This record gives sequence, C-alpha cells and structure tokens, in this order.
Amino acid sequence: MTETPVEARGLVKQYGRITAVDHVDLTVNRGDVYGFLGPNGAGKTTTLRMMLGLIYPTAGSVRLFGRDPTTEGAAALNGVAGFVEAPRFYPYLSARTNMQMMAAFDGDDAVSRVEAALDTVELTARADDKVGGYSHGMRQRLGIAAALLREPRLLLLDEPATGLDPGGMRDMRALIRRLADGGMTVLLSSHLLAEVEELCDRVAIVRAGRIVYEGAIADLKATATTGYRLRTSDNTAAIAVCEAQAGVASARLDGGEVHLDAAEPAVAELSVALVESGLRITALVPDSATLEDLFFRLTEGSTPGETEVPEPAADVVGGVA
Amino acid sequence: MKPGVLTVYRWELRKLISLKRTYLGLFAAMGVPLAFTITLSFRHGRPNDVPFGAYVHQSGLAIPLVLLTFASAFLLPLITALVAGDIVASEDQYGTLKTVLTRSLQRGQVYMGKVLAALTYTVAALVLLGGVAIVAGSMVSGFNSLTTLSGSTVSAGQALALVLASFGVYLIPLWTVALIGVMLSTITRNSAAAVVGTLVTVLLIELVGILPGLEWLQPYLLTRQFDAWQGLLRQPIDWSPITHAAWVCALYCVPAVVAGYLVFLRRDVAGG
Repeated sequence: MTETPVEARGLVKQYGRITAVDHVDLTVNRGDVYGFLGPNGAGKTTTLRMMLGLIYPTAGSVRLFGRDPTTEGAAALNGVAGFVEAPRFYPYLSARTNMQMMAAFDGDDAVSRVEAALDTVELTARADDKVGGYSHGMRQRLGIAAALLREPRLLLLDEPATGLDPGGMRDMRALIRRLADGGMTVLLSSHLLAEVEELCDRVAIVRAGRIVYEGAIADLKATATTGYRLRTSDNTAAIAVCEAQAGVASARLDGGEVHLDAAEPAVAELSVALVESGLRITALVPDSATLEDLFFRLTEGSTPGETEVPEPAADVVGGVA
Repeated sequence: MKPGVLTVYRWELRKLISLKRTYLGLFAAMGVPLAFTITLSFRHGRPNDVPFGAYVHQSGLAIPLVLLTFASAFLLPLITALVAGDIVASEDQYGTLKTVLTRSLQRGQVYMGKVLAALTYTVAALVLLGGVAIVAGSMVSGFNSLTTLSGSTVSAGQALALVLASFGVYLIPLWTVALIGVMLSTITRNSAAAVVGTLVTVLLIELVGILPGLEWLQPYLLTRQFDAWQGLLRQPIDWSPITHAAWVCALYCVPAVVAGYLVFLRRDVAGG
C-alpha cells in the first residue's frame, strides 16, 4: 500500500464555544517516528481520538492510509493500532482473557499472536492476574501488547510513558524504538521533550489546538543554532578580535567566556583571526538551543498567533496559523 | 475470520459470567419462587386476588403462573434492568469503549451484540424463575391437572406446556423492558441512572394506567402486556391479547432500539 499513514487536513473539534483542535494539518509518512508534542490540554489527545474514529471532527478530515475513520469506522483502522490516554481493560478479567477478547475483536489470526504479544511486553508471568490488580506501568505495557495483536503498520500512542517510573520509561522507549526499527510507522504524542527528542525524527508542536511547527527536529534545532561560546587565553582581547571580524555580531563577556552570534563560515574565519592575533583558543562551541528552549518559545506566549515561529525549513509543510 | 455481532455477543456473555451483578439477579430469580413455595408449604392461605392464586394448593403448576403476575410489578423488570442498564454504561465506567471501538468492529456490531446479550440474560432469569417455580411448586402442591381461566381442567402435561408457553409470551414485554434499559444505558452513560431510569419508566407507565380519565390508554401501556400470557390459559386459547402485546411492545421497543443504536453510532467517545 502506498498511501500516507496519516494525513489530517483542517481538523477542527469544538465543544460548545471551546475550540479544542483548531485547523490541524499534519502528515505522517511511512517509517516516520513522528512526535506530536505539546503541553497538557493542547489538543493532542482530542486529535488522536479523531484519528481513531472515537470522536467526530467538527470540520476537516483525517485519512489513515487513505481511509477516513469518520465515515468508514473500524474499516479505516485496518493496519492501525494504538491507544489514547491510559489504555483501559476490563479489570475483572485477566490480562490474557482481555487480550483474547481484543484478538477476537480483531478477527483473522490475531488470537495466535496473544502469547507473543504478552511476551514482547514481558507480561507473560502475570498474564493470568486480573487487570484490576495491575500497576499503571503494567497497563501501559498491556496497551502496547493489545496494539501489537493487530500487526499494525501504524501505531498511534498517546503519552505512552506518562506515569511510569524512570525504569519503566526507559523500557517503554526501548520498546518503541524496537518497533520503529522493525519498520512500523509511529505517531507518538507526548509532553516530554526528552522522549520526543530521543525517539522521533519529525515533530508537530501543538499549542492551544493549533500546530505551531511541523517538520524535522533537526531543522527546528538548526533554526536556533546561531550562538557560539568562546574561551581563549585572553577573553578581553578576543572580544576586540570578534568586533573587528566580519559576520560576527554582539560579542560579549559572560561568566568567563565570550558569547557571540555568527554563522558557521564566519566562525571558521574567526578562529583563524584569533590565532593570528596570538590568542590561544581553549573552546569554541556552538551554543545550540535545546528542543526544550524551542518548545517553550513555541508554546508559551500571549496568543498562538503572536508566537515567534522559526522560518520553516524546505521540507516543512507548515500548518502555521 | 471477520469479527461480527456474534463475536461481541459471545464475549458479552463471557463478561456477564465474570460479574457479580449477573448473579445477584439470577439468585433473586431463583430465590423468590423458592421462598414463595416454602411459605405456601407452611401456610394454608392463598393469594386469591391474582389469577391462579386460588389453585396454588391444588396444582404446583399454578405457582409459576402466580409468580408471573407478582414478578411483573417489580422483580423481573428490576432483574432485567440490572443487566440491561449496565451493559453499555459499564464500558463508560471502565473507559473500555475506546478499547473495543479501536479494534475491527463497527459500532453497530458492538451495540447489537450487547442488545442480544441483555435479551439472553432476561431469558436466563425467566428460565430460572420458571424452572424453580415449576419444580418446587410440583414438590409442594403436586404435579397435578390445572383449572384454566375458562373453568375447564387440563391435564398436568398440557398444563406444563401452557405454563412454558406463558413464560415465552411473557418474554415479549420483558424484552421490551430490556431494550429500554439498553437504550437508557447508552444515553445516560451511567449504570445506576440507567437501572433506576428503567425501573422508574416501568413504574410511571403503571402509574399512568391508574390515573382517572386515562383509562382509554390502558390497552397500550407496556405494563399491561405482562398479562398477555393469560390468553393461553383460556379454552379455546385466546390469541388476541398476545398479538396485541406483540404490536404494542413493538411500538415501545423499535424506537428504543433505534434511538439507542443511533446515539451509540454518533456519540463521541471522549472519556476513559
């Protein structure tokens, strides 16, 4: 199948006068590990629910591999699995029985995959316990196992590591990494920057229901990488050299090092000039903004429209309001 | 194999078997005829004011028929509502609707599977109530011939067949109560509200029947159809109350099923 795994266009969800999702456009391509990033309440879960056909969009459309879950229902979820918010199961049934039920609801030979799926998330030993007695982390893992029963080509996960302890988070990320390496397309919503930075190559950042950035993480970070930190044998003399150098701006002393703004070629020239002036360089490093800095820049501000948005890179499809 | 209504139905039954609530109703369905029969065996009084009440000491087969009249006021609607009112709302309570609806089932299939399970549970409750009443009644008052409502007498074997058929006819209004329960379960998304709502609906319909000036409505009240089985106990059999009950109940249950179905199809699954 050649269709795009996820294509959302102009997606809107209104609850009365509140607009939870406001004209969201996003595209997840095959093989992407796509991060859907935003603070709590930004509309990530609502968007995912629309993708899974659980709630109906007020306007706009979603296509999963070219099929619309709003009109086709479960038929559009062929090859798609995942969960929104915490995965839920029948607490009075065992994990294995829950899994067998889900497999029966998937049809075909899903039942034959129950044991393997339980094994993948390391729940085999506890599979006969009632889910009611499961910890939060075990339920998250069972949620993944239930998704795996469908042998998905697209996995939609809503904050899968939320509420897990550090060990559980590490295991969850390793599991997602493993699945993605196996060729699965993953759309992962998260408010945890580290998680997205570690797992995802492309990202949509959502704020108050709107996409404020969509594109590669590397491109996003590149837009913010203009600063450099410099340490030399004589920082005062170094500032003088910087000021004389073309393409280098606002050199200033800050806590024992010089901060300056310059593009990479100008920095290369600067290093030569510094050495020619008899200064010994002990450090000259790009002061790259972390994804966290960018995230806060994009998601904090008075109104979404006024947020400073970095110039999108060539392959960024936009979605900026 | 593609999953369908029957897949949902089978798993709904499997879930019912695992729930305490299920047994609460079924134990009541067995306990009430047992208690009634035991009381009769110690006392010589008889419930003269209900059909077949006068014969409870002559034939054990009168006992299940007396219980049908008693149980229609409250007990059987309650047992029915207990499960029907919970069957969709419990998914809201556990947040599992999103789990089920992201598999390969269409919403309509899930709904119809649940409807069938609620109807099946109603049958189970009625079978237990009738079974215990027939067995216990026959032990206490004997497996004897029965005097019909027309005054003639039928053999014990014939009477048994008529009692079983009466329970079958009784299912028509009871299933209607179940379908109203499933609808309320879908609309309220709250188990307690749906169970109580179903009972209140039945009681309100009964209340309408005794309001002065509204007597003309009586033949069309759902609760009135609980007596339709009595047509079988006349000689010759009077089918008119039974066909009447069938179409009157259809007037109640078709809108209930359609409303519940449409709400289930169109609703946003936002909780859980």
